[in-house]
Order: sequence, then structure tokens, then C-alpha cells
Amino acid sequence: MFVTYLRRELAGRRKQTAIVAIGMALAIALVIIVNAVSSGVQLAQSTVLASVYGVGTDITVSQTPAAPTEGEAGAGGPANFDFGADAGATADGTTTVSQSRLSVDRGTTAFDATALDTVGGIDNVSAAAATLSLSNTTFDGALPDFSAGTPQTGDDAAGGTPPSGGPDGAGGSSFSVDSFTVLGLDPAAEAVGPLSAVSLTDGRSLETTDAGTNVAVLDADYATTAELVVGDTVAIADTDFTVVGLVTASSADAATASNVYIPLDVAQTLSGLTDQVTDIYVQAASSTDIEQIQADVETALPEATVQTQSDLASSVSGSLSSAADLVKNLGLWLSLIVLAAAFLIAILFTISGVTRRTREFGTLKAIGWSNGRIVRQVAGESLVQGLIGGVGGIAVGLAGILVINLAAPTLTAGAATADPASAMGGPGGSAGGFGQAMVEATTSDIVLQVPVTLSVILIAVGLAVLGGLLAGAIGGWRASRLSPSEALRSIA
Amino acid sequence: MYELTNVTKKYDQGKRSVTALNKVTLSIPDGQMVAIQGPTGGGKSTLLQMLGALDRPTEGTIELGSADLSKLGQGPLGEIRAREIGFVFQGFNLIPTLTAQENVETALAPLGVPTAERISRAAAALDSVGLGERGSHLPAELSGGQQQRVAIARALVKEPTVLLADEPTGNLDEQTRDEIMDLLEGLWRAKGLTLIVVTHDSAVAKRAQRRLLIKQGVVKDLG
Ligand SMILES: Nc1ncnc2c1ncn2[C@@H]1O[C@H](COP(=O)(O)OP(=O)(O)O)[C@@H](O)[C@H]1O
Ligand SMILES: [Mg+2]
Repeated sequence: MFVTYLRRELAGRRKQTAIVAIGMALAIALVIIVNAVSSGVQLAQSTVLASVYGVGTDITVSQTPAAPTEGEAGAGGPANFDFGADAGATADGTTTVSQSRLSVDRGTTAFDATALDTVGGIDNVSAAAATLSLSNTTFDGALPDFSAGTPQTGDDAAGGTPPSGGPDGAGGSSFSVDSFTVLGLDPAAEAVGPLSAVSLTDGRSLETTDAGTNVAVLDADYATTAELVVGDTVAIADTDFTVVGLVTASSADAATASNVYIPLDVAQTLSGLTDQVTDIYVQAASSTDIEQIQADVETALPEATVQTQSDLASSVSGSLSSAADLVKNLGLWLSLIVLAAAFLIAILFTISGVTRRTREFGTLKAIGWSNGRIVRQVAGESLVQGLIGGVGGIAVGLAGILVINLAAPTLTAGAATADPASAMGGPGGSAGGFGQAMVEATTSDIVLQVPVTLSVILIAVGLAVLGGLLAGAIGGWRASRLSPSEALRSIA
Repeated sequence: MYELTNVTKKYDQGKRSVTALNKVTLSIPDGQMVAIQGPTGGGKSTLLQMLGALDRPTEGTIELGSADLSKLGQGPLGEIRAREIGFVFQGFNLIPTLTAQENVETALAPLGVPTAERISRAAAALDSVGLGERGSHLPAELSGGQQQRVAIARALVKEPTVLLADEPTGNLDEQTRDEIMDLLEGLWRAKGLTLIVVTHDSAVAKRAQRRLLIKQGVVKDLG
């Protein structure tokens, strides 16, 4: 009887069923889409972050630079190139000088590598790795050979020979400054850190036995720009490194953290930063431990800046972050409002349905139907209406997700690396100028891919059931309060 | 056997209190056919509600067999209605979305009758009111007289001891009225029911064994 009556009611009152179900379907579709887009955006954010910080990095530890003291050179200071009188090679009246320096980026502070042991010893840290983030700047210059010129004697002061030599042959000079990022990392620590997120496109990655040797792995994009392939040599701080491998970010569209990766100890020696590091990458045993680890690291290393993935997520900029904000704010509110409206529609229609059916329910009570039986009937009707809406909502929602995935909107994302240097950058300019490399390393185009998860579907079904039960409970309560003598009320 | 003692029913109408029944004392033996007559607002429907266990009196007792309807809660009253009492209404009161057959079945739902038996008993009841062929029709597809026949089948399918009818022919033309009254009278005779019919119509009242006149809540037994 229950099923027959339910079926007849829903089929017999199609308009009401359709309105309630459509309202519910729209709301649920919206919730599904907002939810899915939000996890798509999160996915994109973690892709960007993973490409910079590595997979499985829960926490990064760096050190905020102290305000520089006046006249202080060295770490964080501007790059100085000092050429002695005999520097460079001279030929045809032109002296070419070339010098390459490996130093910590401006805005980054190197700190003692013992911090890694400190962090590694903290409870629930499952892996930790330290890196030294450096920048290699090469100065290439061609100058007129002053020493080869005619001595400037008083006799010749008037009408002396015009300057000659130099790259233009007329006494001019030419300089170029080239810069790329170098990341020193422990080849033995594979589990966590920037190289854990990359895929090898050629050659091999750094291996434990590479410690102390002059080998380098290059970001594939950088290698293309610099016209380098596996087996070539690349000069870092005037030292030749053999290129052993090329890597790209696992998601094809994100750049990796650095242009060049070399063994940590070599990087420390060449930069003169013995036993120093700039970043520590920490993996927590479980995501629930992250807060505790963050607190413990902050206590153990009071000077350090400790950032969690969620702190890092906020460092993602560009249209990806606008999308994240949009989804978080507008999407959430919109779906809540539409959901509330759909619930309200379901409730109001159920109440008005019960009111319209006063005589019907009074009659059923008069012929012996219990309150429970009538409440069940009303609640069952609402529940099924909600479920029809839920199914429709899932269909519309999935269609919406499909449309988004087919349209594949591209979002740009900039991830500020742990050191603020990239944000400051340097004057951009021709390829290889200051700052350019950093920007390249951290800006990515991410194609938004919206995932369909079981949990989203379950949420949708849950909402449909909730809406149906809510309307059914209220309608049923109204119906239960009707008196059986309503059956005898004369028809107005 | 109904035994009413000093039954008073008062309704609150805003600030006023209306006495719909005033100290009614009455007994109706099993198997009797009774007509209740009287002017509009006199208390006919209210009396029928008391007899039908739809509502409790403000004062007094109503015994049906061994049960005192004035003392029972909603649950037990509902069970008595489900088992003992059949109702026929002036407006037919069929469920508009259910077929004739399903409407009749609703009376068996609270009794926990197994599905197959429920279907066959409802079909037999429809047959007995002459609508065996109309089981799959919706109420809107039936005439007034046919709808009232379905309602009568619904009232009788559970084989009650009492059949209460509130102006059962009030919405019908004269010829249909006579057909319905013939049907009710025939069923009453065949089943040994107590049949209580509220009516405006003296042609209907004349068929009863006993007539009650109710005016301003006071019952007068016309014999
Ligand atoms: N549910 C109710 N609430 C308030 N007053 C009612 C209610 N039912 C009936 N009455 C009043 O009780 C009196 C008797 O009504 P009723 O029994 O319906 O008379 P009848 O059926 O003879 O026309 C009338 O004055 C009516 O207004
Ligand atoms: Mg009446």
C-alpha cells in the first residue's frame, strides 16, 4: 500500500513533484560543481606547490633574513665582481673577462646545517631534507685593452691616437650578465624535497654516489633555453659540471623549483657556505601531526620561518588564486543559498500539499490509519522527491563538470618560493637577465581539471536525503496534528 | 450496542464556547438502522463524530460494546475505527490519486491484511456494490453515485459492526439517492450492521427503523 500510494501521489501530482525535484536538482548540481571545482583548484595548487617544494612536503623551514648591517657583504648582498689588473685574456686589443659567482639569492639566508638534525629529531617527522638555494651569476665582458694602448704622454695629449680595441674596435665595451638558479641537495634524500616531484626526461637523477662530484641535473626547459643536453658541461662558479640528467615537473605544465640541481656538498664548497643550507623540507608521519611539528620546529629553531602546505597554498598567486578565492567565497555562499532555497521550496510545497490534503488525511485517519502510517507516507513522498532531485542534480552536476573539463580553462599560477627573492626579482630583461630565471622557475600555466570524487556524489545523495527528510518531517508533523474529524468537515 | 450517558461536546469558537451536544443520553442496540435528522448546526455531525470515535466528548461516556470511547487515547480509538467502524461521507472522500480498487484497499492497510488477501477482498467488495469492472478507474473518472459506491465498498470491506453515514446522498440526484439507499439498506440487512445515517431528506429517514431529531445539541427520539 505504502509503495502504491507513494507512486500514485508522485505520478498524480507531477507538477509539485517536478518543482521540488528541480529545485533540489539545481541546488545539488551547484554543490557538486562548486565542490568539484574547489578540489580541482586545490589540486592545481598542490601541483604548483609540488613542483616547487616536492611531493609529500608538509612543512618547509627557512630563515628570514635579518636586516642587513651597513656595509655587510656576503650572503644576500649584491654580487660584486672584482677583476684584478691581469684578469681576462687579451687578444687584438680586447680583454675578455668572464667570472661566475655562486651565491645565496638576495633575501635568502643560509643557516647552519645542524638544523636538519634538529628537525629530523622532532617527533613524527618521517623525513627531512635540506637544500641550499643559490644563484649563479656570470659576468662576461669585453673591454678595450688599455694596457696595449699608446701610453698617454703629454706629447701626445693633443691629437693622440683615438682609442682603439674593444669589441667594436673603437674602444667601446660590451658586458653581459647571465644568471640561473642552482639548488644544492642531498642526493641521498630522495623521499622529500624538490626532486621528489619531478620526472626524468633524459639521463639520470642525482644518486648517492654523486656526493662530492661535479655533476648536475637540469630543468628541461632551462636546458632547452641554454642549449644544453646530457653529456654537455655547464659552468657553475667557474667550475665545469657534467650534465647527467634532465627533469620536468610531473605535471607537464609546471616548472621545477630550480634551473640546475647539484650535490649539496659541492654547492656548499663552491659558494663558500660550508655546512650551510637555506631550506629544510619536512614530511610529517601523518597530516594530523603537522601542527605539532610546526610548533616544535618553531620552538627548536626560534629564528626559522616555518611554513605548512596551507601557508604555502596562500603563496600561490595569479588567476589560480583568484579562482580559489572565487570558489571559496562566492561558490560556497551561492551553493549554500541555493541549497537553503531548495530546502525551503521542498518544505513549503510539502506543507502546502499537506494543507491541501487535509480532508484526505482526515479520511485516512477516520478509517483507522495511525499517525505513524500517515507521517511515513508524507515523509516517503518528500524523500523520494528529494532523491529524484538528487539523481537529477548528480546528472546535471556531472554534465557541468564534463563541460568544465572539456573547456579546460587555463589558470596561471605563481608560487612564491620560500625565499622572497623571487618576488623581488631583479630587473628583467633579455633572456637570462636577473630575476628572469626565478620568475621562470615559479610561474606555471595550469589547466584546471575538475575531479569527480565519490565523496562529492555521496555528499549530493546525503543532501537529497537530508532535504527530503527535513521537508518530510515537517510535513509529516503537520499531517500528524490533523484531526480525523476533518474528514467530516463539509466541503466549502 | 451504543450506550451514551450525558454526552456533552463543547467547541471553542474564539472567545465563545458552542455547545454542540448537550447532555445526550441514548442507547442504540446492535443491528438497528437509525436516521438522525435536524437543522443545520443542530449537532448531527458532532454526534456522528462521537459515535465514530473520531473525537472525545467534553463530558459524559460513550460505550461501544465493552470500550468507553470517552476514555481512550488516539491510538486505541484509531484501532477501534480501523476494526469496528465504517464511514461514508457526503463528499465521498476518496483519495483522488488512487484507483477505485486501491481506495478500497486503504481500509485494509491498518489491519495488516496480507497483500493478496487485501486485493481479493477489495475486489469482492467492489463487486458487491456493482463496480466490479471499475476497479482501475480513478475517482475523477467515476460519477458521483459510483464514487459513493466505492466509498461504501471501502467502509464495508473490513466487515465492521457499525456503519456511519453523514448525509450520504446529500450530493446526489434523486434517482442515484434511491439507488444508494437501496444499496445501504440491502447491505445492512445482509450483514446485520448497526447503520446510522445522518440526513436532511425525509425520504431517506423514512427507511430507518428509528428516527432521532437533534436540535441545538438536544436529541429527541421520534421512535
Ligand atoms: N470543529 C469545530 N470547531 C468549532 N465549532 C464547531 C466544530 N464543529 C462543529 N462546530 C459547531 O458545533 C455546532 C454543531 O455543528 P455540527 O455538528 O456540524 O452540526 P450539523 O452537522 O447538524 O450541521 C455548530 O454550531 C458548529 O458551528
Ligand atoms: Mg453536518
